[in-house]
Amino acid sequence: MAQKLDYLRETASQTAGPYVHIGLAPGAAGFEIFDNELGQDIAGPNAKGERIRVEGIVRDGTGSPVKDVLIEIWQANADGIYAHPESAGEVEEGFRGFGRVIPAFETGIWAFDTIKPGAVDGAPHLNLWVVARGINVGLNTRLYFSDEDNSADPVLNLIEWENRRATLIAQRGDDATYRFDITLQGDNETVFFDV
Amino acid sequence: MGKPAEYYQRDRRLHPPAHAPHYKTSVTRSPQKALISLENSISEITGPRFGHNDIGANDNDLLFNFATPGESPIGERIIMHGRVLDENARPVPNALVEIWQANAGGRYRHKKDTYLAPMDPNFGGCGRTITDENGYYFFRTVKPGAYPWRNWVNDWRPAHIHFSIFGTAWAQRLITQCYFEGDPLIPKCPIVQSIPDPEAIEQLTAALDLNATIPLDSIAYKFDVVLRGRRSTLFENRMEGN
Ligand SMILES: [Fe+3]
Repeated sequence: MAQKLDYLRETASQTAGPYVHIGLAPGAAGFEIFDNELGQDIAGPNAKGERIRVEGIVRDGTGSPVKDVLIEIWQANADGIYAHPESAGEVEEGFRGFGRVIPAFETGIWAFDTIKPGAVDGAPHLNLWVVARGINVGLNTRLYFSDEDNSADPVLNLIEWENRRATLIAQRGDDATYRFDITLQGDNETVFFDV
Repeated sequence: MGKPAEYYQRDRRLHPPAHAPHYKTSVTRSPQKALISLENSISEITGPRFGHNDIGANDNDLLFNFATPGESPIGERIIMHGRVLDENARPVPNALVEIWQANAGGRYRHKKDTYLAPMDPNFGGCGRTITDENGYYFFRTVKPGAYPWRNWVNDWRPAHIHFSIFGTAWAQRLITQCYFEGDPLIPKCPIVQSIPDPEAIEQLTAALDLNATIPLDSIAYKFDVVLRGRRSTLFENRMEGN
């Protein structure tokens, strides 16, 4: 036996369960309790850059929509700066870069408005975190943009299976709207990361 | 700027696996392919920061934040308190802690919850707060009731409070559940038991904390949360390093 190290161990994750919305997005779920709901305005009024909308659906291994999902978004501003002291630079007043979105309960379709981020250590991307009933540890993924040059991105290029990289590319449609579907399991399973 | 210091890798063996067959909902919602391991970049080392301006002064008081003035929710009044720490055993100040829970009868204020226990008109069931400079937080609430759920034919969730925590980095993001010391449903619950490590389950169980009770008012439980720790950078002052 040797000495014990002094580290603590990370608290274990548990599923967010079916009622995550009343905790983290009560207003969006129709329950008015807090004056200021967090994550509802990702970019704020003064953000530079192109205003975009991202919409999509999360599907389970049977192809069915996951209607009780909650997705969190973390992104840089148009200059590639995060609203955090360790990011080199200042962001616009009111820019948080943090969002929360839940789907319409009937369809499972969700959408959020933001600005397109600038390049950060590679191609522009949004960081997404997906939780729901049945997801035991929140799933980290990234969203890249179909109208950007993603060929040199170090994270995309880390994915050994080239055909899987496409699961992280949001497709630009009309009116600066991107489509990004997430597949939790099976064919075309979205790439998730251990960060 | 040099490469930012990374967070310690997550030990996935103390977390529940994505596919936990006895927790049936996980069966079709679990990725089958291995996660791709990413070295932390600026995207994971940063994360949203929250302050007192983001929340209301009474958001951590669930006895008060939804009740009709002069009334209060039914149930056992509790103080739920503790610290947010990192794996280096250092407090995490300014962490956002959000909770949600069923009422004392085991019913959530959610349109999808159809359990026959009554809604409590004076209980919303969610709260949030920000840790102080010592990583300390507290909530005032009622002890949630156990409730039945469709998994096996007759499963009951132990009393629990859902916790969501933001530390300083996206890489530390965590959602978990806090259970209560002595609850005989803990060893029976397929969600709890999806955690393979018995010590990790113990770590999710709040301890009765008689010293922190408010006599003749509220009983207390202590629940500390540990987020991932971070390496020291090569040039960091070791006096402050781990
Ligand atoms: Fe619950």
